[in-house]
Amino acid sequence: MSEAVVTMNNISYAYEHKKVLDHVNFEIPRGAFMGLVGPNGGGKTTLIKLILGLIKPDEGDIQLLHEPINKFNQWNKIGFVSQKANSFNRGFPATVYEVVSMGLTAKVGYLRFFNKTHKAKIRQAIDQVGMLDYVNENIGNLSGGQQQRIFIARALVNDPELLILDEPTVGVDFENVKRFYELLHQLNEQRNITLLLVTHDTGTMTEHATDIVCLNKQLHFHGDPKAYAALSEKDFSKFYGHPVNLVIHDH
Amino acid sequence: MLADFFEYDFLRHTFLTGILIGLIAPLLGTFIVVRRLSLIADALSHVTLAGIAFGLFLDKKFAIAWITPFYGGMIFSVIGSILIEKLRGVYKAFQELAIPIILSGGVGLSVIFISLADGFNTDLFNYLFGSVSAVSRNDFFTILGISIFILIVIGLFYKELFTLSFDEEHATISGIHAKRIHLLFIILTALVIAASIRIVGVLLVSALMTLPVAASMQLAKGFKQMMFLSVAFGELAVIGGLISGYYLSIPPGGTIVMISILILLLSIGYKRLSVTSKKRRTAHEHA
Ligand SMILES: Nc1ncnc2c1ncn2[C@@H]1O[C@H](COP(=O)(O)OP(=O)(O)O)[C@@H](O)[C@H]1O
Ligand SMILES: [Mg+2]
Repeated sequence: MSEAVVTMNNISYAYEHKKVLDHVNFEIPRGAFMGLVGPNGGGKTTLIKLILGLIKPDEGDIQLLHEPINKFNQWNKIGFVSQKANSFNRGFPATVYEVVSMGLTAKVGYLRFFNKTHKAKIRQAIDQVGMLDYVNENIGNLSGGQQQRIFIARALVNDPELLILDEPTVGVDFENVKRFYELLHQLNEQRNITLLLVTHDTGTMTEHATDIVCLNKQLHFHGDPKAYAALSEKDFSKFYGHPVNLVIHDH
Repeated sequence: MLADFFEYDFLRHTFLTGILIGLIAPLLGTFIVVRRLSLIADALSHVTLAGIAFGLFLDKKFAIAWITPFYGGMIFSVIGSILIEKLRGVYKAFQELAIPIILSGGVGLSVIFISLADGFNTDLFNYLFGSVSAVSRNDFFTILGISIFILIVIGLFYKELFTLSFDEEHATISGIHAKRIHLLFIILTALVIAASIRIVGVLLVSALMTLPVAASMQLAKGFKQMMFLSVAFGELAVIGGLISGYYLSIPPGGTIVMISILILLLSIGYKRLSVTSKKRRTAHEHA
């Protein structure tokens, strides 16, 4: 019996007059490693913004950890690594330690300071993503893949139950993408963190994901990697609205 | 050389005030620079000028002395800062528009009040370029109060200010009240500007907030280190600038800024040198 971490019921959303999501229903089961794919402009980032409460749906309702989103206040249980995380101001003078500490700011709360436990937690999160050697390095001096790990550490420092990543591997080379997925896999298996991952590298993703969802304004597919691999080119052309060449790798 | 500064009361007050603003201006400046808001300091200093002119005008025409130019400047600066924050909300996609709007409004008002108060005088000149003799005992204690207030607020809200400066979206998602913290921050900025104007002057106050930060950015590892280094550079510039300004009979605004620029050039040069030598070293290792 799997319980849902996120439930979206009949969600529609439009920017001004442009409908971006049209009656979307879906659930993220606890413990899932969910890959969210779809064409550019298909509404993936919008869906994530809705889950994070940054925008409100025009229609439908959202539940997070069984609570209606407008009553939800355990935001520290939801970690987020944004699409923009790797386009942040590289010149910003912050060390790895300082960046990861920001993950705890809201949790520690106003008028309170980091104590020993918090500080240990920060180092532990940096260790988890294998970056302890760089703890006092300026984040701007790291490679794209290393920076992405730091942003994951910033999310992990809160012990999230759900970790949402929006195209985290854009601009990261192939070798590091592989290591990145191994890290995600480990977080999912060993720490039982539910993952929602938006990505274009479906090849690597399907090796690790437990659920795959295709979104293009509407939900076009929701199933496991096997079912996804069994989809034909015709199905894909339908999702994407134009013909596609399948690039699913065989394993 | 320092003897005069301890002998004469007015110089002592100037000197101590200088030490205070050498601390608080670069301290706030660090957040201003990393949030790419350097021009806000300029906008607010011109609004402050309008408040100063308003104070001079009241004094001259109506003999109302309880709104001194200093308090007039502070009140205008704070109101201006709140307006900037509101305007940034109105023009979400073009937030930087708030700056020229407020800046030109400040200059416009200044012109009106200055001419209503019968034009330019030495007092106004001091407000534009700073002065070593303009800080009264009263001003000093007000600026001391402002400085203590600013240090406490920054100490208490350091982690929120830092988190918001780095990544506003992420901070908001995690539950930090971005709007309220911004408002608090910009009011602090307004206070620092009003406090600094006595010494560095309207036209150069933004330099004291940004140049030491620009210099320390070249050298620092991490944000905290950058903050400490900025304050060290700021103090160096203010103390050096006050003393040289006094002995050369130049308004300290000019000398403080020129020393800041010297520090900036040195730190850029130092960075260049250390990068090239590091490259050369690694080239050797690889050879
Ligand atoms: N802030 C916005 N204002 C107006 N339109 C937007 C905004 N954000 C996204 N859109 C539009 O909504 C559509 C979906 O965007 P998005 O959710 O970012 O797609 P994806 O992440 O799948 O590429 C796109 O056509 C995009 O142009
Ligand atoms: Mg997107």
